Amino acid sequence: MSTEATTAPTRVRDRAQYGLCAALALVGLVVIWDATRIGAATSSNDPVGPRAMPFIIGAALLVVSALYALDVYRGGVGEQEAGEDVELGHPADWKTVGLLAGAFLLNAVLMEPLGWVISGALLFAAAAFALGNRHHVRGLAIGLALSLITFYAFAIGLDVNLPAGILQGIL
Amino acid sequence: MDNISALLGGFADVITPMNLLIALLGVIVGTAVGVLPGIGPAMTVALLLPLTYGLPVEQSLILFGGIFYGGMYGGSTTSILLNTPGESSSVVTALEGNKMAKTGRAAQALATSAIGSFVAGTIGTMLIVLVMPQVVDFAITLGSPEFLAIILVAFVGTAAILGSSRVRGFAALLMGIALGLVGTDFVTGQQRLTFGSPFLADNIDVVVIAVGIFAVGEALWVAAHLRRRAATVIPVGRPWLSRADWGRSWKPWLRGTALGFPFGAIPAGGAEIPTFMSYLAERRLSKHPEEFGKGAIEGVAGPEAANNASAAGTMVPLLALGLPTNATAAIIIAAFMSYGIEPGPLLLTKQPDLVWMLVASLFIGNFFLLVLNLPLAPTWAKLLRIPRPYLYAGILFFASMGAYAVQGQPFDLYVLLALGFVGFAMRRFGPPVLPLIVGAILGPLFERHLRRSLQQSGGDISGLVGGPVALVCYFIILGVLVWPLVARLRRGARGDDDDADDGGDDDTPSGPVSTSTIPNWG
Repeated sequence: MSTEATTAPTRVRDRAQYGLCAALALVGLVVIWDATRIGAATSSNDPVGPRAMPFIIGAALLVVSALYALDVYRGGVGEQEAGEDVELGHPADWKTVGLLAGAFLLNAVLMEPLGWVISGALLFAAAAFALGNRHHVRGLAIGLALSLITFYAFAIGLDVNLPAGILQGIL
Repeated sequence: MDNISALLGGFADVITPMNLLIALLGVIVGTAVGVLPGIGPAMTVALLLPLTYGLPVEQSLILFGGIFYGGMYGGSTTSILLNTPGESSSVVTALEGNKMAKTGRAAQALATSAIGSFVAGTIGTMLIVLVMPQVVDFAITLGSPEFLAIILVAFVGTAAILGSSRVRGFAALLMGIALGLVGTDFVTGQQRLTFGSPFLADNIDVVVIAVGIFAVGEALWVAAHLRRRAATVIPVGRPWLSRADWGRSWKPWLRGTALGFPFGAIPAGGAEIPTFMSYLAERRLSKHPEEFGKGAIEGVAGPEAANNASAAGTMVPLLALGLPTNATAAIIIAAFMSYGIEPGPLLLTKQPDLVWMLVASLFIGNFFLLVLNLPLAPTWAKLLRIPRPYLYAGILFFASMGAYAVQGQPFDLYVLLALGFVGFAMRRFGPPVLPLIVGAILGPLFERHLRRSLQQSGGDISGLVGGPVALVCYFIILGVLVWPLVARLRRGARGDDDDADDGGDDDTPSGPVSTSTIPNWG
């Protein structure tokens, strides 16, 4: 993408960047709005108070989002990140992203009621499925092995916080 | 030579069979995870952090030293054997390293990289011992206004120098500082940006931010652009070097070390610049310039040494000032905080044993790395063939586990996913990740020093510019901010206006790899 934009004689604009600028501006506004709700609690001990920093950062976010938008308007493009397993040049595969986020959310919901061993195994199997794994049994088996190993090693061996859930007393 | 005896004390603390076993474990796990494609050193350290939670602080540090060097080395193996480096510091290694691998010299490339890393790591760690206490002696005399100025230099340095676009760097930095604002104000107890949620009142843990941006963001980004056919992995035998290779490698190792260490120690962006400078230097000094581009061993030896020496260099500001200068260092600081260690100039006076133990474990981790990696390289290479669905499912698995383990709240998992999407957007649109992490870690510290300086001066703004150190810092900041304007004017005066596609006063979008902009700074 970026090579295209920097070498092509005509400017290829990446208009989706304006969305990012808007998001930055929105964050800036939220930060400022939130700071206005805080009572003005300055004292001789603390002449600045808790509001100054959010005001500065919020204002700076607004300024940067404007400069960013100006940069995009003038044809600036950001580099998409390349990587070992990344193939750019195709449109984003939102279905895979959605499935993956779904698998993640499922784990967040199920973790405490069912416990890490079950929810972690499901997370692994579902995420692998989302990314194209079609050996369902193998995916689930690896997930279960991983979650059992991590549970015994961390929760029981090292006292790390991991919920046992419905398997409390069995594991 | 107080330092040396203190260091020997550190060694005495570390060298027990149990501790050595822990260091070995750290190196093995760190290398294994670091070798995995798509996982750079910073993500390795972030993902493996929970591993250390259950241990006593001392052993956590030892494990951590091993993971740190293991993750660094693992990343270079990936770039030599796969040619698609996951992070900027190994871009240069891949240039010659992968060419060597393709012409059947993978074993030599891995060997010169392993031995070069060892040499650079050992010299670099020795330099930490010599330099760090001096920096601490100096830093301990500094007050809040000076620290404020130093943190500002770190902010401007990471946002404006790294990456190709300043405005994108500052956007990332401000997002990070905003994330750091979430929670309870430390002076007045007021809630900021918590939106009434009791879960946010405790601040967002930096580990959650790092894991979300690095690990979850990476998994989502890869999911959107997954390469459906696997990249070709070059088979490798046991690494070894011939006499001729030794002869061609040792000078680049030393030159790379000399370039890497100072760059690591200043907040101007980790290993990217020194590795590239080392590559240029070796190409110029080589007796075999015709081999460059076809797999010259000097082009692997120099940058790899520079990479590791710069990693050692980052430990100086990290231990002496509490300043992170690259992403891995940022996560190390987060780790320290989670162990209840406050990084900063007082650390060496308050807990000298811990510091020297950490330095000693860096030496030991570095040694284990050499011993392990020469024989185990073929095994590591096999890890590159791991099926991608399992790899990224595993990343999400460990990311969830780590984020949950921080506080035991499922709420953190939702925060993690939201941050994952922020990380996704950053990978899509190009703002660099490091300024965000640095902002999140140093933002609260910045505010603390700001308020303390103004408290000392009774609210008088002039209290912010106290003393020569602060003045020097503000001059540096001014220089960094004004430099592109000066460069532009000079270019304009020479009449070669090369920025037809350039985007505005505060931005220079560059080609796919930002190496194209590096020579301007060198």
